[in-house]
Amino acid sequence: MGKPTWRKLALTLAIVPALGLAACSSTGGRAPEPESNGGGGAVATTERIKVAVITHAAPGDTFWDIIRKGAEEAAAKDNVELQYLSDPDGGRQSQLIEQAIDQGVDGIAVTLAKPDAMKGSLKKATDAGIPIVSLNAGEDRFKDLGVFAHFGSNEQLAGEAAGEKLKEAGLKKPICVIQEQGHVGLEARCAGVKKVVPDTEVLYVQGTDMTQVESTATAKLQADKQADAIIGLGAPFTMTLLKAKATANSKVEVASFDMNSQLVQEITKGNVLFTVDQQPWLQGYMAVDALWQNYRGGFTIGGGQATLTGPAIVDKTVAEKITSFAEEGVR
Amino acid sequence: MSSLTASPSHKKTTTAQDERVGKKSTLSILLGRPEIGALVGAVALFIFFAIVAPVFLSPASLATVLYGASTIGIMAVGVSLLMIGGEFDLSTGVAVISSALSASLISWYFGLNVWVGVVLALIVSLLIGFINGIILIKTKLPSFIVTLASFLMLTGLNLGLTRAIGGSVSSPSIADMEGFQSAKAIFASSVNIAGIDVKVTVFIWLAMVIIASWILLRTKIGNWIFAIGGDEKAARAVGVPVVRTKIGLFMAVGFCGWVLGMHNLFAFDAVQSGEGIGNEFLYIIAAVIGGCLLTGGYGSAVGGAIGAFIFGMANKGIVYAEWNPDWFKFFLGLMLLLATVVNIIVKKRAESSK
Repeated sequence: MGKPTWRKLALTLAIVPALGLAACSSTGGRAPEPESNGGGGAVATTERIKVAVITHAAPGDTFWDIIRKGAEEAAAKDNVELQYLSDPDGGRQSQLIEQAIDQGVDGIAVTLAKPDAMKGSLKKATDAGIPIVSLNAGEDRFKDLGVFAHFGSNEQLAGEAAGEKLKEAGLKKPICVIQEQGHVGLEARCAGVKKVVPDTEVLYVQGTDMTQVESTATAKLQADKQADAIIGLGAPFTMTLLKAKATANSKVEVASFDMNSQLVQEITKGNVLFTVDQQPWLQGYMAVDALWQNYRGGFTIGGGQATLTGPAIVDKTVAEKITSFAEEGVR
Repeated sequence: MSSLTASPSHKKTTTAQDERVGKKSTLSILLGRPEIGALVGAVALFIFFAIVAPVFLSPASLATVLYGASTIGIMAVGVSLLMIGGEFDLSTGVAVISSALSASLISWYFGLNVWVGVVLALIVSLLIGFINGIILIKTKLPSFIVTLASFLMLTGLNLGLTRAIGGSVSSPSIADMEGFQSAKAIFASSVNIAGIDVKVTVFIWLAMVIIASWILLRTKIGNWIFAIGGDEKAARAVGVPVVRTKIGLFMAVGFCGWVLGMHNLFAFDAVQSGEGIGNEFLYIIAAVIGGCLLTGGYGSAVGGAIGAFIFGMANKGIVYAEWNPDWFKFFLGLMLLLATVVNIIVKKRAESSK
């Protein structure tokens, strides 16, 4: 790499953005900053407390973005200093709980996807007198672990709700596409669908590579001519299934779980039949808010039972109403 | 290889003609090629799936298999060249996504024509390769460590920057922006051949394999690549520009990442920042099945392409055969193993018959 090459590189770096200025797109792109509308409301007058939300989210998953937004909004309203942490590995998630205890937080919200791995560190937290709520996963285990409230959706019930909806539409042989093999929650969704529609078939795809999701789903649709529906278990995957359907020239109906703004648009247009939303924003919001309520007046919500945030079916009849919320990233 | 170690005097007494200048039969030339084992494996796998899943043979299915293979194969071109040059790159899987995110976020944030983002993403990709290469040269650390570090850093950058700029861990859709349709036509369209839609990535892939093969076999640079992979010190001693060749190879990998990244972006409008992790191994697997040695100095671009094709066939064939999906990963692993074993056996045969 001689000097002239360096100079050339620097020159290119300088010129290209300049060219860019002359090549603006008049459509799409970032919307101008809206006038500040959040954070203007009244904040709770209670003393500032510190809450840690510790999830098993894999980095880069849009679903967890929504949970985080809910938690952040509750924190802003309740005068809570929020610490959002996550690690998909059970052992490391447990270490995050211990770190939160070390930092002297006033409350912990935790997802119990791997309850046994959390046992030890949650015991430490309850021993230290830190109130704990759980969210998203852990419906059947939260009581044993000293957790006073749980906010989540039941995956099996969500699957059954989807199954009922498919049955209503007269669909008999759906393909349930799982993007992460061996994921308990995703398997439970498909099991729920299968309970209502017995001919449901499962297809595994590699969720970390969209091109492989598309080509594998295309292959399945080409091979299986009897299938009359295909179900994506996450909004981005459903969007890809729509493309696979077009490539395979297939007539199947498409259904989905979870939500994002593009999916809502497709539902409005009628390209996707419906989606089963577990309202993740509520999970994040309620978890932080319940900890604040506990601090405010020693309240416990739910009466020792899990509080269900879903399943909520979103089909053409409701899609339009929530489009703006989905664009905002809260649905 | 054994013939090379025989002493010259011995050779002269036993054969009248030096075997190095003698004519070889076409068969022995063919058997001496690095990709021959993979080719045999690919043919075997093709016949196997044609028998167990007849739908596999329909033109539409073949187009799907080729598409699946092309998304691995495009990267495998660069990775194969790099491996022949004696290095490998663990950052390729996430670098693809980095490129797609750069193009998408730059165009979206500044409201630019999408093509500006595409060009800037190319610069980002080449820069990632350049930085990988320059760190490797300056620190003399093994490429395993250097690219492992860049893999982790890029994973973090992908997430951190995407959230900081776009406000979400998934890049915003740019489907309604100017230039999107023309870029989509180049990177993510389909070409209709006799009624069958074949994805454009298949043709890009084939073109890249041809160019890479030409560079490897017909140019000075190709000789340099083989030389530095075989013995870096010896190569330097005879005047091969080792530094430039190595950095160039990493930048070539960056270029392949850009091509695939652009496909990802324009095929799916939006990119999730956590994607791509784990794919680096698929590219390396494709190159290894195709006969590239992990230690460098031996291999071919065509081999990497056949490796990617084997992966595509195994991956999609299992679906066409409608086998119980619980066993999917097991069959995939088994097929990869069998393909590699066939590869080794054929190569040994070829070498002993020389």
